[in-house]
Amino acid sequence: MSSTAPILELRDVHTQFAIRNAWGRQVGWLRAVDGVSLSVARGEILGVVGESGCGKTTLGKTIAGIHRAGSGRIWFEANEIGALTAGEGRALRRNLQYCYQDPGASLDPHWKIGRALEEPLVIHTSMPRAERRARVGEVLAAVGLPEGHLDLYPHEISGGQQRRIGLARILMLRPSLVVLDEPTSGLDVSVQATVLRLFLELRERFDLTYLFISHDLGVVRLVSQRIAVMYLGKVMECGDTAQVFAAPAHPYTQSLLAAVPVVGGRRVTETFLLEGEPPSPGALPSGCRFRTRCPLAAARCVAEEPALRVLADGRQAACHFAAS
Amino acid sequence: MQPEQLLSDTLQSGSLLSVRDLSVSFTTEGGVAQVLDSVSLSLRAGEIMGLVGESGCGKTTLARSILGALPPNARMRGTALHFAGQDLLTLDPRVVADRVRGRAITFVPQDPFSAFNPLFTVGDQIMELLRWKSPDRPLREVGYRRARRRADRARALAMLRAVHLPDPERLLAKYPHELSGGQRQRVMIAMALLPEPKLVIADEPTTALDVTIQAQILKLLRTLANEHGASVLLTTHDLGTAWEICDRVTVMYAGQTLETAPIEAFVHRPMVPYTRLLLESLPSRNAALLGIPGDVPSLVSPPPGCRFHPRCPQASNACRAEHPALSEPDAGHFVRCHHPQLAPVEAVVG
Repeated sequence: MSSTAPILELRDVHTQFAIRNAWGRQVGWLRAVDGVSLSVARGEILGVVGESGCGKTTLGKTIAGIHRAGSGRIWFEANEIGALTAGEGRALRRNLQYCYQDPGASLDPHWKIGRALEEPLVIHTSMPRAERRARVGEVLAAVGLPEGHLDLYPHEISGGQQRRIGLARILMLRPSLVVLDEPTSGLDVSVQATVLRLFLELRERFDLTYLFISHDLGVVRLVSQRIAVMYLGKVMECGDTAQVFAAPAHPYTQSLLAAVPVVGGRRVTETFLLEGEPPSPGALPSGCRFRTRCPLAAARCVAEEPALRVLADGRQAACHFAAS
Repeated sequence: MQPEQLLSDTLQSGSLLSVRDLSVSFTTEGGVAQVLDSVSLSLRAGEIMGLVGESGCGKTTLARSILGALPPNARMRGTALHFAGQDLLTLDPRVVADRVRGRAITFVPQDPFSAFNPLFTVGDQIMELLRWKSPDRPLREVGYRRARRRADRARALAMLRAVHLPDPERLLAKYPHELSGGQRQRVMIAMALLPEPKLVIADEPTTALDVTIQAQILKLLRTLANEHGASVLLTTHDLGTAWEICDRVTVMYAGQTLETAPIEAFVHRPMVPYTRLLLESLPSRNAALLGIPGDVPSLVSPPPGCRFHPRCPQASNACRAEHPALSEPDAGHFVRCHHPQLAPVEAVVG
C-alpha cells in the first residue's frame, strides 16, 4: 500500500440523536456531527479541537463504531466501514482502537492485569497461549512497566500505571489507528508531559496513526501535524498545525487561539473580545453557525452557510470572509 | 533581622489574612496523612493571590482550612490563622459560622453544577443565601422582614446584571439545569460577592469551563473583586489562569509552600527548582515533553525534610535532613528552599 493513501477518510458524515420530550415523543434532532469530511494520512497525528459540545467526541465514537453514522461514508484502510452492521464492522475495526479519557479506569477491578491484557487476543485471535503471553510481555515492556505487574490487581498500582496498562490493552491487537479522546485532560502539567512522550514513543514503535481529540490547544499544537477545529458539529478550519496556529483563517479559530492564556505573554483577560456562549446544538442558527458570536457576521452569513473550501495555502476553512 | 521576623513584618502591615505554620492531617484507613506541613501564607487587602500546585498538593485543603470547612476526620494545628485582626483558630465557632464563613469569607466552587440544589430555582437559592448572609442582616435576626427582603432582591438583581447575565428577573425563576456552565459560574460569582465579603476563596473556578468562557469569567472575577475591594485566594493547577489575574502566586508541593512571589517575578525569575520545572513543563515551552521525573510522594509517609527532594535535581543532604526555613532572597520574594536559583530564566517565547 502506498503511503499516500489515507488510512481513514470521512465524507459528509452526520451523526444525530433524537431530542425527546418528557413523554418520549421526538421533538427534534441534535445534530452532534453535521457533515464532516476529513482524511487522515498513515502515520500522522491529526488533532481535533473544539469546545465542549462541538461534537468532537461523537466524531471519534462514530469512527470507532460506537455510534452509527446517520449518513455519510467512512473508509478505513480502503474498506468502507460506515455502512456495515456491527458484527461485520467488528472484524474490520480490529485495527482501529478507541482510547477513553482515562484508559486505566476501564480496567475490571476483579481481573489481574495479565488477564485484562490477554483478553483482546482471546476474543479476536486464535493465538496459542504461549504466543499470547509473549505478546503481553512485549507490550507491557513497551509502556514501561515490569513483568511483575501481570499478577497484580488494578488497585495495587498507581493511577499513572493504570493508565499505562489501559494503553497497553489498546495496543494488544496491534492497531494501526488509535482514536485518543481527551487523553490528557485532568492531568497535571508534569504528568501530562510524560503521558504525551509515551504516546509519541509508542507511535514510533508500533507505527500508529492518532486521531487526537482534545480541548487543550497547547497540547494539540505540541503533538499533531494537522489540526481540525470543530464548532457545533462542523469542521470550521483544517490544515497544517503550524499554519493554523501562525495565522488562523477562520474567525472562530482566531478567537479560540486568542482565549488561551500564555504564561509570560500578553494577558487574555485584557484583550479577549468574544462575547456570549455557543448556541444549543439542538437549535442551530440559520446560515453560518458561528454568526451569533462572530465579529465579522454580515447579512450573507445569515442567509447562506459557508462551505469548507480550500484556501490558497492548501488548508481549508468554512467562512465567507476567509482570504482564498 | 531574621527572615522570619522580616516575613512577620510583611504579614502585619496591611495583611488581611495571615497563616503561620499551619499543619493539617487526616486520619485515613491507610494511616495519618499529613496534608499540610507548616504552611505560611499572607494575603493583603484587595489583592488576588494564586495558590498553584498539582493535584493532591493541599491547595484545596488550605482553602478549606481558612474557610473552616474541613471534614470531621481532619486535625488542624498552627501558630496562627489571623483574618482581619481575629484568630480564627481560637474564635468561638458560632461566631465564625455567623460572621465569618459565608459573610466575610465566601467561596466559589470548582463545579458550579453540583453546588446548586437541583430542586430549587436559582432565585430561591440566592434569596436563601441573603436571608442569612445579607450585609443588612442584624446579628442574630432569625426572621426575614419584608423591607429587607425587598432590598435584598434588588441587590441580587443588580449583582446579576453586574456579572453580565441577561434578563435577571427571568433567571431567578429558572432551575439550575436550565443554565449553561458559564452562566452557572457567573451566578456563583454573584452569590460569592453578594454578602460583601473581604475575602473570596475561588477553588479552581474555571477548570470545568471552555477556554473562551474561561477568559470571560476570569475577567469578570478580577473586575468585580477590584470594584468591591475584596481579596481573592484563587487555587488553580493551571499556571495560565494564575498568570491572567493574580497579583502574587504561592506554589505548593505535597503540602508544603515552596515559593511566594509577585506574578512577574514568579514567571521570569523563579527560584525554587520545582517552580522552574513546572514552568518548563508548560505545553508552550521547548522542554514541554520532559515533565518532572518521579511521582508525587505519599502523604501518609512523606519524605523527610523538603518533600520535593526525591525529584529535585539540586537535592543535597540538607534537603533530606531538614525542612528549609523561610527566606527572602529578593524583596517580596519568599522561598523555602536550601538551594534557591538566583539566575533569571531565559526570556519566555509564547
